[in-house]
Amino acid sequence: MAIFADSSTRLIVQGITGQEGQFHTRQCIAYGTSVVAGVTPGKGGQKMDEVRVFNSVHEARQTTEANTSMIFVPPPFAAEAILEAADAGIELIVCITEGIPVMDMLRVKNYLATTSSRLIGPNCPGIITPGACKIGIMPASIHQEGGPFGVVSRSGTLTYEVVHQLSQEGFGQTTCVGIGGDPVNGTGFIDCLEAFEADDDTKAVVMVGEIGGSAEEEAADWIRTHMSKPVVGFIAGLTAPPGRRMGHAGAIVSGGSGTAAAKIEAMEAADIYVCRDLGSLGRLCKEVYG
Amino acid sequence: MKIHEYQAKELFRAYDIPVPAGVLCETPEAIDQAVEQLGLPLAVKAQVHAGGRGKGGGVRVAKTPEEAKEAAEAIIGMQLVTLQTGAQGTTVHKVLAEEGVSIKNELYLSLIVNRDDATVTIMASQDGGMDIEEVAAATPERIIKVGISPLLGIQGYHVRQVCLGLELEPAVAKKCGAMLRNLYRLFTSGDASLLEINPLIITKDDDLIALDAKIDIDSNALYRQKKISAMRDPLEEDPNELEAAKYDLNYIKLDGTIGNMVNGAGLAMATMDIIKQAGAEPANFLDVGGGATAEKVENGFRIILSDPNVKGILINIFGGILRCDILAQGVVQAAQSLGLEVPVVVRMEGTNVEEGRRILSESGLDLINAVTLSDAAAKVAAIATN
Repeated sequence: MAIFADSSTRLIVQGITGQEGQFHTRQCIAYGTSVVAGVTPGKGGQKMDEVRVFNSVHEARQTTEANTSMIFVPPPFAAEAILEAADAGIELIVCITEGIPVMDMLRVKNYLATTSSRLIGPNCPGIITPGACKIGIMPASIHQEGGPFGVVSRSGTLTYEVVHQLSQEGFGQTTCVGIGGDPVNGTGFIDCLEAFEADDDTKAVVMVGEIGGSAEEEAADWIRTHMSKPVVGFIAGLTAPPGRRMGHAGAIVSGGSGTAAAKIEAMEAADIYVCRDLGSLGRLCKEVYG
Repeated sequence: MKIHEYQAKELFRAYDIPVPAGVLCETPEAIDQAVEQLGLPLAVKAQVHAGGRGKGGGVRVAKTPEEAKEAAEAIIGMQLVTLQTGAQGTTVHKVLAEEGVSIKNELYLSLIVNRDDATVTIMASQDGGMDIEEVAAATPERIIKVGISPLLGIQGYHVRQVCLGLELEPAVAKKCGAMLRNLYRLFTSGDASLLEINPLIITKDDDLIALDAKIDIDSNALYRQKKISAMRDPLEEDPNELEAAKYDLNYIKLDGTIGNMVNGAGLAMATMDIIKQAGAEPANFLDVGGGATAEKVENGFRIILSDPNVKGILINIFGGILRCDILAQGVVQAAQSLGLEVPVVVRMEGTNVEEGRRILSESGLDLINAVTLSDAAAKVAAIATN
């Protein structure tokens, strides 16, 4: 079992002919992901290795029955790529692209609310169900299949660190979702927590947040009232100065809100096992789920 | 990206949003011309990106030409300290001289990108001129919030909600409606992430005028905002941060002594936190990106070392797509060409990590290898206490 992505995933790659798109498509195929098509407008009929390239998502979906898309389209065109995927009826859209204007994402988010498509990202490493399917740019080798931990995170390399520590402690992962570091994104913490709660193979969850916004506080509140499985939490940015954007567009403490301290407080109030020292996260997971 | 008040007001004028007549002065001498043009009294306002200028002595009202000259002389070149600048303050390079206006009432108005509900949210309050965060904390019921879906745009009922909430008289409400529509148009077509008018004033003649103006632009959208991009003021930015941006590095200078270089923003923040927990303070935030190259690593090193406070460096790289052996080569190359005079702790993990560690240990350089994050923290702590 897993959430959102598994062996039934049939993936298309939007922006497959670009450098990043090519590289990561090959990595996903090597992992065993079923990549059924690529899309680059104007390059329909070509092939990227063995993968057929189409001019539009509609055409690719009709021909290949794809249900999932991974997007590597550059920022000025990425929002439109998400809309095109949703319009073509793609169920799961994973947008890796970093740097999409927030005004574009506001429109995308409001439109997606009228469809049944799920967006992961943008500005994210993607999603991986170890042993079944990798959709994104995360290094495959650090993951271990079989659970019991589900992982959800706003960050990229920080997630790899967490996953690596889990694997080192002998814990596999059911699914790891990078929800992205932008202020306006698709799938949020609560969507993932809800899915992990319902997933029989997931026995515990690691939730990795960072400064900015109030998604962690809302997730903590949801956990307090809905979650029966143990949650280990980590928040990055205790030392981040206010008013400065810490790399991620969404990672900013403004007007005293979005601080790491406030998030940690909310998480502890919800009985989440908060890890204060990243180096010991794996050990804490072992204590929580020995 | 932040812009100055006078630049924000230029944008306001272009969108028919009323602002006081004003003249930008880059020297105290230029103020004479401003007095002639605007009359007296006038306000002399420091143009810096930090807020809280008034409390720091960056805003003065002049009733005579002499007072205007004195104000300009005092403010231009001053080191202005506000809550947002830190103790060292920021140098003022120019002032905005503005005509005096008769104030009947002060309001607060802002538009923000609301990440919680994916709307453009108008916030308004009758408590203008005050710190809005204090108002929000003490009397949240005095702030009106109206969320607008960008798919719909601003509608009549949005405008009415704001005007009724502010208890405006019909004549003023009509002007406010037009202003809100223009502000919304500026906000969305200009890719703003924040637009704030504090105070928005009602004059004795029942006109609405934006006495102050603050606009932040979404950095991701600068590629399509050529006119606004040109408003960037390098004098307001840290020279090292500008230098880093040239190499596509994300660097923020901080006050501590332990420099650090990390791939990925989340891990970089977590690494800063580790330095703090080890009993030291981070000297910077530096994200070299998920796909860092040897060249980026070298430039990152150079920028960290240009900060004289740096007593030691922690490199924390999780090699995924970027292999550890490639990274190690970059570190060795940078260390050799720059000549390291401070201890450097290197913690690598991920793809080809053994090969990477071998390259570091055989380099003959004085690099301190750390295996785990806890190990790295202990080694940083040792540097900090020496």
